[in-house]
Amino acid sequence: MADSDGSAHISVRDLTMAYGSRVIQQDLNFDIQRGDIFVIMGGSGCGKSTLLKHMLGLIVPADGDILYNGESFVRAGAAGQEAMRRRWGITYQSGGLFSAMTLGENVALPLQLYTHYRSREIADIVAYKLALVGLAGYQSYYPSEISGGMRKRAALARAIALEPEILFFDEPSAGLDPISSRLLDDLIVQLQESTGATVVMVTHELASIFAIATNSVFLDPETRTMIDCGDPRQLRDHSKQALVRQFLTRSAAVAEDSS
Amino acid sequence: MTDKPAGFNLIHHADKQSCLELSGDWVQGCAAADFDGLCATLEAQASSELVVDGASLGQWDSTLMAFLLQCHAYCRREQLAFSARNLPDSAGKLLALATAVDAHTPPQPPRTPALASLNPLRLLAMVRDRLAESMAFIGELSVALARLVTGRSNTRFVDFRHFCYQAGPDAFAIISLTSVLVGMILAYLGAVQLQQFGAGLYVANLVTIGMLREMGVLMTAVVMAGRTGAAYAAQLGTMQTNEEIDAITTMGISPVEFLVVPRILALIVVMPLLTLYADLLGIVGGGLVAGGMGITPLQYISQSELSIKLSHLSVGLIKSVVFAILIAVAGCRAGINSGRSSAAVGQAATEAVVTAIVYLIIADAAINILFQQIKF
Repeated sequence: MADSDGSAHISVRDLTMAYGSRVIQQDLNFDIQRGDIFVIMGGSGCGKSTLLKHMLGLIVPADGDILYNGESFVRAGAAGQEAMRRRWGITYQSGGLFSAMTLGENVALPLQLYTHYRSREIADIVAYKLALVGLAGYQSYYPSEISGGMRKRAALARAIALEPEILFFDEPSAGLDPISSRLLDDLIVQLQESTGATVVMVTHELASIFAIATNSVFLDPETRTMIDCGDPRQLRDHSKQALVRQFLTRSAAVAEDSS
Repeated sequence: MTDKPAGFNLIHHADKQSCLELSGDWVQGCAAADFDGLCATLEAQASSELVVDGASLGQWDSTLMAFLLQCHAYCRREQLAFSARNLPDSAGKLLALATAVDAHTPPQPPRTPALASLNPLRLLAMVRDRLAESMAFIGELSVALARLVTGRSNTRFVDFRHFCYQAGPDAFAIISLTSVLVGMILAYLGAVQLQQFGAGLYVANLVTIGMLREMGVLMTAVVMAGRTGAAYAAQLGTMQTNEEIDAITTMGISPVEFLVVPRILALIVVMPLLTLYADLLGIVGGGLVAGGMGITPLQYISQSELSIKLSHLSVGLIKSVVFAILIAVAGCRAGINSGRSSAAVGQAATEAVVTAIVYLIIADAAINILFQQIKF
């Protein structure tokens, strides 16, 4: 317990996730350091998105705890959780932009709700946030009028509106072409470098994992627990678990088997 | 939080260079930077270069970045060279990121005069488009029904049964409530007038004929338009949003056969039954009021029985079938033609209910006039 509790930004402790009596994953223990780009990996159906939903507080854990800056989220109470959530930015799989609002209004909403900026300042900050994700001048567009990649970036602009300490992404590159996906990865890294935020993402895009991740956890659907964690580049070459190495070198493993 | 107020100082150098020195804490809640004033000064100095200096900058957040971005945009517009020095490392990176892509200028929508929507020609064109859309839908529906009759349709019986249940038994509670109350209202309305002539007993005739010919079916139709018509529009609109309708089309199935026909048939089957139920409960409701006015139940029942004629009953039932078609068509058409966002689904549901009720009233009036003419 005393190991890295104080310094870790997010700590998952003995987490058990279950839907009713069906256990999805158990005994999850890992730390995410400040400034990490942390990836949750694993095969389909292993509970990656469920883990993210637990971390976001959308699902209450069956057992265990999640600590942010050493503070328990589970035991924080409604007001405490609200305060913690305000320091997060979240980008959902399909964007989660409000379709009845323009991009400008989407980004302005959290600013109007939680800050004391005057409306003119909000307009300036919205322009700046959209410029950060390469969408300067798109304030008056509706989400249905722009492409999927642009929607993802617009959702990111809304997620960073309140200058969050932690950015969560659910499958950021799902449904994007390789170039848009690469540009989004670059953007995530650049934003992380300039704001110092911690990034937590669920993805199984290997290219994206090796390009940006600095830390990761691997969930196994068979044993229903995490089987390894660490820098994915290290895991690819040195993981003790054959499954993890296979996952991370999918094509190579197949080639070895066939030769 | 703000120890030192945010501020800037514009220094003009001889070689057409202006230096903008930032100072203090540029954080949320600080006094707003006077950007317009800065622009005016810059213009007066007629420099060709603006250098931002962040050497004496305190704390900062998005407030500073938004200001710097404005300065950058201004310099680009006025063709000044823009550079920044001594900014905090991350601020410099963020500024570089924010200015990496040129601002997009959305195309100007054609300006329409404020009263353009009242232009009769435009209104006429809109009505024509709507009508054409409805006609196309009714045409498709006719083809689908013809295929159903000839047994070549992709309509599934399971769907039909499901929608019958949804539209029928599920609606019993609300139909019971409204029809009993409408029967009572009719009885009160008539009783006051009829008692002046000593003809209080004829309340039974009024309620029975009123419910059978008009109120039973109309109230049922209004409830169903709000309940089932809106549900149809929302279901189909959501399916449009989820690309389910595209999937159905590309499987080679006609969405009208697969989605619309079972819904319309279900409503056509259920509406007459609900109307009969509503008629009965309305007459019971009228009887409650009549009982309160000294008419015995036996008197009420026998008087009602005398006034029931097959023609009254069939007028109501014919109307119920017509109304069922109108409600289902309005709901399904709005849903199938819905846009692909949550806002559009809401609009489709609204449109379904509004058009259904307008159709209902118009059709009701037309049918009444028709039956009046043929003395039915």
